[in-house]
Amino acid sequence: MKLTILQGRKIPLAWLLLSRQPLRLFVALAGICFAGILMFMQLGFRDGLFDASVTVHKLFDADLVLMSPRSMSSISMSGFPRRRLIQAMAHPDVLGITPVNWNFLLWRNPQTLSTRSILALGFEPNDSLLIDPELSRKAQALKSRGRVLFDELSRNEFGPIPLWFREGRIIETELAGKRVRVAGLVSLGPSFGADGNILTSRETFLELLPSTPPGSIELGLVRLNPEVDSEIVAASLSASLPSDVKVLTKNDFVEFEKNYWRTSTSIGFIFSLGAAMGFVVGCVIVYQILYSDVSDHLPEYATLMAMGYRLKTLFGVVAREGILLAVMGYLPAYAAGQGLYSLVRNFTKLPVNMDPERAILVFIMILFMCMGSALVAMRRLVDADPAEIF
Amino acid sequence: MSLVSRFPSHKDSIQIRQNPSVVINGLSHWFGKGSMRRMVLESISMEIDSGEVVLLTGPSGCGKTTLLTLIGALRNVQEGDLKVLGKQLFNSGRKTRQKLRRQIGMIFQGHNLLRCLTAEQNVQMGSDLLAGFSYSARRDQAREWLRAVGLHDQMSKLPHDLSGGQKQRVAIARALAARPKLLLADEPTAALDSVTGREIVDLLKRLALEQSISVLMVTHDPRILDVADRLLQMEDGKLVPSYG
Repeated sequence: MKLTILQGRKIPLAWLLLSRQPLRLFVALAGICFAGILMFMQLGFRDGLFDASVTVHKLFDADLVLMSPRSMSSISMSGFPRRRLIQAMAHPDVLGITPVNWNFLLWRNPQTLSTRSILALGFEPNDSLLIDPELSRKAQALKSRGRVLFDELSRNEFGPIPLWFREGRIIETELAGKRVRVAGLVSLGPSFGADGNILTSRETFLELLPSTPPGSIELGLVRLNPEVDSEIVAASLSASLPSDVKVLTKNDFVEFEKNYWRTSTSIGFIFSLGAAMGFVVGCVIVYQILYSDVSDHLPEYATLMAMGYRLKTLFGVVAREGILLAVMGYLPAYAAGQGLYSLVRNFTKLPVNMDPERAILVFIMILFMCMGSALVAMRRLVDADPAEIF
Repeated sequence: MSLVSRFPSHKDSIQIRQNPSVVINGLSHWFGKGSMRRMVLESISMEIDSGEVVLLTGPSGCGKTTLLTLIGALRNVQEGDLKVLGKQLFNSGRKTRQKLRRQIGMIFQGHNLLRCLTAEQNVQMGSDLLAGFSYSARRDQAREWLRAVGLHDQMSKLPHDLSGGQKQRVAIARALAARPKLLLADEPTAALDSVTGREIVDLLKRLALEQSISVLMVTHDPRILDVADRLLQMEDGKLVPSYG
């Protein structure tokens, strides 16, 4: 086996063709890298925005979620009777429930005194709201009236609350026109619809928003016996409860929200188009480079054919040039993508990460781009006529 | 087709001879199409025995290079009988010609080295055509050949760092590295001064003798005619019956 590999080894012509023309190689790599970065950024933004729409959704401690059929998305949640959640409790596989009030309230930045809409979640401090085990301890502070837990990942426009809180200052500000005090920090993250979040007790929530009917909630969290299939329970609850409430598994709940942003906005289209532009630009650059490379070396390719090299071998050389360009162009694009993602995370607090699926997708796109261009450039090789070189 | 049948006894006659490298019978060739069609070779018949050094001269445009490319299996034979190293090239497929080319060394007027490869790598492109040798064996062979043409100290230079004579030596080494049985050279001394040209031709002749390779060399250069075992002259697409 080793012997055949050694015997098969040849002069690395593809590599030498590329590396002995450093300027052309540099231009090609810069082009591929640019296309790669463009694709990384556009797809990253797209996925990041969709993921951002469900940052809070993912954190809920729930297997099933009850919501009103009139709720379209996190920015337009409608209420439904709290009784439905209590009724769900009757199902033998249901272990616990948490009624949640969900609405946007105006928060006054204590530093600049400007107001901004923030997502407020109201729940009973003794109920489990989030997966985060720390919360039940922090939630005890909410038992006093007019206390809120502030999301430290909220955008900076809400004021330097985390900083002040850690300095030990007492932070009191206005929420929906009423005085509240920050009793602690939690870590949720801004989402597409909400630039910031606060948690408060149901009692405080109703005080802040007296128009909310006391028997109405926007979200019902249901925790199930871990041994049962949540899909089946969801179906049976759905069948037994009246139609003024909708039962979703947590995954469906997350997808429901993402789907809203995907279908009701042009985000997906815009960013996919941006990525496609990057792809096309990359194709044009790589094609130009490979085509002129083949054209410049046409007499040399013809010489090789005159020596008895097969056309297929020469196609292989061009194909290898394509693969080499793809790999060498992808690596810096990947590194730059990582850097730009962390930049975007810092500035927008959007969850834009280099996930492996996207990394592979962009690599495949770049490979496709290079191999497609190589394939077209190969057509030029057919013009290499060994009879012409004498 | 008709020409092949016109010489029914041809096959037998070859086998009686001592395996000539090239056998040509009634080879004609045209360029262009329709009214522009122009005959460049007219009923050429000749042979080159193995180990023979044959020089082909004649005014430019008389069809020497066309004949060379036909023998080198670089063109389709249009009419006539052309056997190179035992392979009939009339009506031959692309694959047959490509395989045959591996056994024919070619030296061009312009050296046609690969610009991106060093002298050693260029020669190895020739020895890489040989099957059954490891990479290091093929590299060693390439170095041997460069030593044989007197370039052992220029191995890692790129073509543009070599002089014209040195490039032509590399080209010879590359042609020989594939261990051809037939060597075709098209004016290998045209781009060289007389002293260098002489050296190159002597080198070619010596190496061809050592390897018992047949050589067909097209040349204008009257100073090198003496290396030939036989001289052929061409005029207007025809071989001129001559001394030799």
